[in-house]
Amino acid sequence: MQRIIKDGKVVNETWHLLGKDATLDGMPNCDDLIVPLSLWREHAHALKARDGGLGVWLEAGEEIEEIADQLEHFQVIALNFPAFTDGRHSSTAYMLRTRYGYKGEVRAIGDVLRDQMFALKRCGFDAFAVREDKDPFDALKGLDDFSEVYQASADQPLPLFRRRQA
Amino acid sequence: MYVYDEYDQKIVEDRVKQFRDQTRRYLAGELSGEEFRPLRLQNGLYIQRFAPMLRVAVPYGLLSSRQVRMLAKIARDYDKGYAHISTRQNVQFNWPELEDIPDILAELATVQMHAIQTSGNCIRNTTTDQFAGVAKDELVDPRPWCEIIRQWSTFHPEFSHLPRKFKIAVNGSTSDRAAIEVHDIGLEAVKNAEGELGFRVSVGGGLGRTPVIGSFINEFLPWKHLLSYLDAILRVYNRYGRRDNKYKARIKILVKALTPEVFAERVNAEWEHLKDGPTTLTEAELQRVASCFVDPAYQALEDQDAALAQLDAEHPGFARWRSRNVFPHKKPGYCAVTLSLKPTGVAPGDVTDKQFDAIADLADRYSFGEVRNSHNQNIILADVEQRQLFTLWGELREHGFATPNVGLLTDIICCPGGDFCSLANAKSIPIAEAIQRRFDDLDYLFDLGNIDLNISGCMNACGHHHVGHIGILGVDKKGQEFYQVSLGGSSGRDASLAQILGPSFAQDDMADVIDKLINVYVEKRGEDESFLDTFRRVGIDPFKERVYATNH
Repeated sequence: MQRIIKDGKVVNETWHLLGKDATLDGMPNCDDLIVPLSLWREHAHALKARDGGLGVWLEAGEEIEEIADQLEHFQVIALNFPAFTDGRHSSTAYMLRTRYGYKGEVRAIGDVLRDQMFALKRCGFDAFAVREDKDPFDALKGLDDFSEVYQASADQPLPLFRRRQA
Repeated sequence: MYVYDEYDQKIVEDRVKQFRDQTRRYLAGELSGEEFRPLRLQNGLYIQRFAPMLRVAVPYGLLSSRQVRMLAKIARDYDKGYAHISTRQNVQFNWPELEDIPDILAELATVQMHAIQTSGNCIRNTTTDQFAGVAKDELVDPRPWCEIIRQWSTFHPEFSHLPRKFKIAVNGSTSDRAAIEVHDIGLEAVKNAEGELGFRVSVGGGLGRTPVIGSFINEFLPWKHLLSYLDAILRVYNRYGRRDNKYKARIKILVKALTPEVFAERVNAEWEHLKDGPTTLTEAELQRVASCFVDPAYQALEDQDAALAQLDAEHPGFARWRSRNVFPHKKPGYCAVTLSLKPTGVAPGDVTDKQFDAIADLADRYSFGEVRNSHNQNIILADVEQRQLFTLWGELREHGFATPNVGLLTDIICCPGGDFCSLANAKSIPIAEAIQRRFDDLDYLFDLGNIDLNISGCMNACGHHHVGHIGILGVDKKGQEFYQVSLGGSSGRDASLAQILGPSFAQDDMADVIDKLINVYVEKRGEDESFLDTFRRVGIDPFKERVYATNH
């Protein structure tokens, strides 16, 4: 069973991530599923009617605006990193937390590595499916790389210059 | 200058620790080369032709004498005894060992220095006018703004993996010595009719493979909104900049594709969400940062025009040096002095450890313990008393800093090129030297006046060849090094991109080619007409005809 990092701890994965070409055929009713955006686009109604938990995942080029008014249907929003150097979903996570007030899980999937996790956490990610060949316990250390930060972001509503004066 | 408090210091120390562990994991095989690459780049570490190259950040070019002494120490202890001033006002070490980098960073941290974001696809060192704070034509001191931007951009969590590198420059003077229109974002500090401070904002300028002059998308951004507006620009770029082709990934391509008008609309739409949020700057923060850049303890002095004129008459060498390397100062009795790092026979911008120590010493004795690096790859003592100028000149000559060529043809901007850089198509340093040797007659150089000659060893354009009055670009033709020449570029307020002269030339011909171009200028120029003005008047054809004529 894959393990992921959630809220700063390594935990067993309980969700099933469905690939890009997933269909409704034979979909289990009670499992917790993270479905591709395309499937949600086509079958939102059927997916909402299931008993299991529902999440959705977005490719790096897919825009959060498309589902911004449907966020209440998702317990998890997973954002895919085709390469760890692709920073687009850092903006997505930030917008999810600060603009759309999303309170569910925001999970990084794909090429997720220790040395990007501190910044990702700042942008609003609270779950990391670390790349399978990497040790999640080692990756966990990346969340503590820095003890102070300059900017406001999803994790820290005030920039340092407003806290410095306090 | 800005002095770290406990927060700034903690961030830099955390970085040293982080990079030490990243280096350890790489050397232990836990991080692959591909995984380590962006990590080391964001710390200014390139793997070069012979050794790694470490680029140390010098925020907006400002250094204390203590920091300069540290650069000397690092050059001595970890390198071959010299370093190089880059065209982003930074300092590069060409020969450190990878294993030593964490220790070098730890040493730098003790003097409030680092190598953060000096490379990689992130926000780079913000640059400005080397005469910031002392120039007579300055309206707004850009340094506090550069520092505010430095802090905002340092480890910005959302913008640490942009489509491509991102460069910001700030200008606060009538002249633009910061080349803001060839930056991803150029900021010009201005005051509106009510006397309020704000910024004119240019986006999408840049050199590299596709040189573009930026477009102004905001004529007056009130200062309080600077950071939220930058956030908005960066977010649009981070989300929509191209990532499929690294040669089309700079923001200039996005701005062009959308048009500046549409790009500005996108930025404004994004900014609507951010404006007046917590990132809005406060009066208190501006005061805190600006208080680091107040005037040093200037004495009440008078300009020394008569005394200096007398010295000029007695010492033609001093007169010459003073006319090129000394810059007027806002305070009576003071001036700014440029130490030329462009004597013939030395790679442009190179400084030895002994010279660094000497510079630190000169800064302490003549200029309140501070110096600045310029993007023209020289070093400036910004606050020198005019009455000490003659003595200083003597000391500068001893150390090899008194070549009177600032702004002249031999004050060449030059990247390290194929001698060091693994990206280069061709060498650039030997070309600079050949030209300096050809034009060794100072009277002639003075007569030619201001000519910017910029050399890049490849189209990445670190030598800013597109904005040289004369630009030289190293190209690779079937494994042979050739040089393409362009004319008419300018990085000033009248920024323009150079036009390519024609087919490229072999290395051995370059000095002759420049000679011919200069001859055309001398023949065509009007009285007191500069090379650039002459070129703009007569166009490229006379130059082309001369250089490519057979049997002239």
